[in-house]
Amino acid sequence: MDPIIRLRGLRKYYGDLPVLRGIDLDVRAAETVSVIGPSGSGKSTLLRLLMTLERPDGGTIEIDGESLWTMERNGKRIPADSRHLRRVRRKVGMVFQHFNLFPHMTARGNVMEGPIRVLGMPHAEAAGHARRFLERVGLADKVDAYPAQLSGGQKQRVAIARALAMQPKIMLFDEITSALDPELVSGILRLLRELSEQGTMTMIIVTHHMRFAERCSDRVVFFDNGIILEDEPPEVIFRNPRHERTRKFLESILEAEG
Amino acid sequence: MIFDWKFAWQIAPTLGEALVVTVQATVLGMLIAMSLGLALAVARRSRSRLVSWPIALFIEFTRSTPLLVQIYFLFYVLPAAGVRFSPLATGIVALGVHYSAYCSEVYRAGIEGIPKGQWEAATALNLSRWHLWRDIVVPQAIPPVVPALGNYLVAMFKDTPLLSAITVLEVLQTAKIIGSETFRYVEPLTITGALFLVLSLGSATLIRRVEKWLKVRGA
Repeated sequence: MDPIIRLRGLRKYYGDLPVLRGIDLDVRAAETVSVIGPSGSGKSTLLRLLMTLERPDGGTIEIDGESLWTMERNGKRIPADSRHLRRVRRKVGMVFQHFNLFPHMTARGNVMEGPIRVLGMPHAEAAGHARRFLERVGLADKVDAYPAQLSGGQKQRVAIARALAMQPKIMLFDEITSALDPELVSGILRLLRELSEQGTMTMIIVTHHMRFAERCSDRVVFFDNGIILEDEPPEVIFRNPRHERTRKFLESILEAEG
Repeated sequence: MIFDWKFAWQIAPTLGEALVVTVQATVLGMLIAMSLGLALAVARRSRSRLVSWPIALFIEFTRSTPLLVQIYFLFYVLPAAGVRFSPLATGIVALGVHYSAYCSEVYRAGIEGIPKGQWEAATALNLSRWHLWRDIVVPQAIPPVVPALGNYLVAMFKDTPLLSAITVLEVLQTAKIIGSETFRYVEPLTITGALFLVLSLGSATLIRRVEKWLKVRGA
């Protein structure tokens, strides 16, 4: 089967600083891939490129068989226009470290926005749709709350519901527990695990939780200094990493986790 | 006696009527300034330089030339271009356009104050540019800049006497006519000043109310 995400030679610079130095990666549909590695190694940048929040400086991104940044016209490859981008982007959703909820909308309003504006759902239907997704993430009683009235964990649940409500084929999770109080982390990870076990979505999860990555992923990708150093099933990467660099990273993190 | 109260009472209704014109010019002028200002602020952020540069030039130009010159310009040049407005309508357009340049800068500050994450979340939801602005950016950009917009409302109100230069019968013009007819300037001009004072203070209070209401609503 063709991969749903195909990256070839993907490069990205911030100024002169290379952040991604040639990434090749295939992700199959419904696969859960955890991305781990030291901070600044390019993990988040990878997700941001997939979400079109940034433009790559080189290489190609293909989503569901279509090139993200180029399109075909009259037999020629030309830079993608915004219509092409919006069409391909519809297959991708993202949850952010800092939630990025719309503060002037209720939880329901946040979740309804996309279905109404992008999927063209009628208002009443979108309200029910939003309620179901908020129930799905365990927030049935917070439907009418504003983000300022919610805890960090609840905010992140709303953000997850908002992304899920668009029913994307691919979901990107960018360190979604990093801004949470420690006692709220496990609940979010449990939710993430449930989503992964449903096996319907392709999930790419940037995380610092090694036990979570070990238990819930089909594959774990280790980023270091802008390249993929290892790409293995969790049992290989955690029990028998090939690179010294991976071993050291895992040691230091697992030590911290205790 | 320097101030004749009886005379003052006599002319008060006439000045009151003229005040209606002043208020009208302010309210309509501000409506133009706020809506055109928002359009300018958004257009200035256009990714196309063909749009953003002329807009930036227009804003700078409008802010750097005197309102009185602009009023005269519209008054004498618009008819030559075939556009016939009443003096009041011309004055309202002049006030509105002039202050739209200032309002656009105010909106710009509001827009720039919106965290980057909001734009990114809107992109991740795949919102169109139109919905991004309408549903996400504008509703968040305006409440914090209401006080600044309110200042310009009061400033514009105080600039309305400039319309007397193009024969609009607003308060000052009416006061001057009363003065030239009766040779008494103290009363009409004093009342004019008092009317401005009362309405300026009134609108300042109103703006504070609006601010408070927005704050409660945004909680």
